[in-house]
Amino acid sequence: MSEVSTPHVLLGLLASGGRHGYELKRAYDARLPQARPLAFGQVYATLGRLERDGMVAVTGQERDGGPDRTTYALTDEGRAALDRWLSDVEPPLPYVASTLLAKVVVALLVADVDRARSCLVAQRQAHTARLRELTGVKHAPSATLDDVVAADYAIAHLDADLRWLATTLDRVADWHREVHP
Amino acid sequence: MTQLQARDVVRSYGRTPALRGVTLDLDEGEILAVTGPSGCGKSTLLHCLAGILRPDSGEVTWRGERIDTWSEAARSRLRRTEFGVLFQFGQLVAELTAAENVALPLLLAGTGRREARAVAASWLDRLGVGEVADVRPGEMSGGQQQRCAAARALVTGPRVLFADEPTGALDTLAGEQLLTTLVRLSREKGTSVVLVTHEPRIAAYADREVVLRDGTVDHSGLGVPSTGGHR
Ligand SMILES: Nc1ncnc2c1ncn2[C@@H]1O[C@H](COP(=O)(O)OP(=O)(O)OP(=O)(O)O)[C@@H](O)[C@H]1O
Ligand SMILES: [Mg+2]
Repeated sequence: MSEVSTPHVLLGLLASGGRHGYELKRAYDARLPQARPLAFGQVYATLGRLERDGMVAVTGQERDGGPDRTTYALTDEGRAALDRWLSDVEPPLPYVASTLLAKVVVALLVADVDRARSCLVAQRQAHTARLRELTGVKHAPSATLDDVVAADYAIAHLDADLRWLATTLDRVADWHREVHP
Repeated sequence: MTQLQARDVVRSYGRTPALRGVTLDLDEGEILAVTGPSGCGKSTLLHCLAGILRPDSGEVTWRGERIDTWSEAARSRLRRTEFGVLFQFGQLVAELTAAENVALPLLLAGTGRREARAVAASWLDRLGVGEVADVRPGEMSGGQQQRCAAARALVTGPRVLFADEPTGALDTLAGEQLLTTLVRLSREKGTSVVLVTHEPRIAAYADREVVLRDGTVDHSGLGVPSTGGHR
C-alpha cells in the first residue's frame, strides 16, 4: 500500500478555508481514521515546505502567550497543484512488493513445508484478528462514515490477503516440491 | 450452554467421503462460522446438524437428545419448529408472493391464515423488504429475494438458523446489510447461527470460526476461538 501524500491532504484540508496547524492535524486524523496519526512536527515541517514552494501562505498570526496559532491558506498555485493531483489517476501498483509474499517465499526456500505452513497460519491469525477488530470498529454505534469508509478499505485488503493465504496454504506442499525437486 | 452437538460424525455419498469424523458444539445464542475450501464438507456438516441428512456414524445431539436416530417425520417436525434454513440462492417458491413465501412455514405449523400473513409482513419489515410483500420472486433483486428467504427462515422464531453461503450471491454491500441484520436479530432473540461461508470478511461477524479440511476440523490454528461475546 502506498503512503498517504501528506502535502496533498493538507492542501485539500485548506481548500475550504484557512486553518492553523493544530486544526489541520485534528482534521487529518478525523478524515483518515485508519492512517497513521500525523505528528505535530510533521504538520509544521510540511506546512513550512508548502510555504517555501508558494503553495500556502501565512494569513494570520495570533500569539497571546499560548501555542503557535499561525493560520495558513491555500494560494492559487496551491489550488492548481491540488487540482493536478486529483486529476492524476493513481496507477495500479506495477510491482507486488509485499513483505508478506517475500516472507512466505523465503520461508519456503530456507525451511521445510511445515515451517512455511506455520508461517502462513500465524499470518492468517494476525490478519483475521485485525479483520475482526475492524469489523467491530465499522459497526460501532459511534462510527462515522469516515470511519466506515476507511475500515472498508482496510477490510477489503485484509480479505484479499486472507484469500491469498488460504489458497497458498492449499498450494504449499506442491510449491515446496517444485522449489526443492 | 451447549445446544447442538456433533460427535465423530462420518458421512459419505456412495464412495465419496464428505465428513470423516467431525466433532463440534454450538452454544445457545452463538454465531459459529464454518469455513474451508470447496468440497471440504461444510454443506454436508450443516445438513447433518440440521437433521436433513443422517450421518453414517457418529451422533448429533439437540439439547441433550440424540436426533440422528429419529425418524424422518420426527426430524422434519424438529426442523419446522426449532430450526430455520437459509441457502445461497433463496429458493423461494416462484408462484407465491414474498409475503406468501414467508407465511408458508407458519401455515405448515398450523397458524391461521390471517395471523400468518400479519407475522410474515412484520418479518419482511424487520429484514427491510416490507415493500415487496406482494411481489413474486421473479420481479425482485437477488438481495431482496435473499432477505425474503431470511424472513422465511426466521418467521417461526427458530432457536438455530442454518445459513449456507447466505451472502454468496450478493455484492459486498448487500451481503453486509443482510449479515448485520442477521447478527442483530440473533443477538435480540438469542438465536444461534451456523454460518457457512468462504468469505473471510463474512466469517469475521461470527463469535467463533471452525475451519474444515478434507472432512475434518482443522486444529492447526486456522480456526478462531470464541470471544464469548454471545453470552
Ligand atoms: N449429493 C452428492 N452426491 C455425491 N457427492 C456429493 C454430494 N454432495 C457433496 N458431495 C461430495 O462430498 C464432498 C463434500 O461436499 P460439500 O458439499 O459438503 O462441500 P462444501 O464444503 O459445502 O463445498 P462448497 O464450498 O463447494 O459448497 C465433496 O467431495 C462433494 O463432491
Ligand atoms: Mg457447500
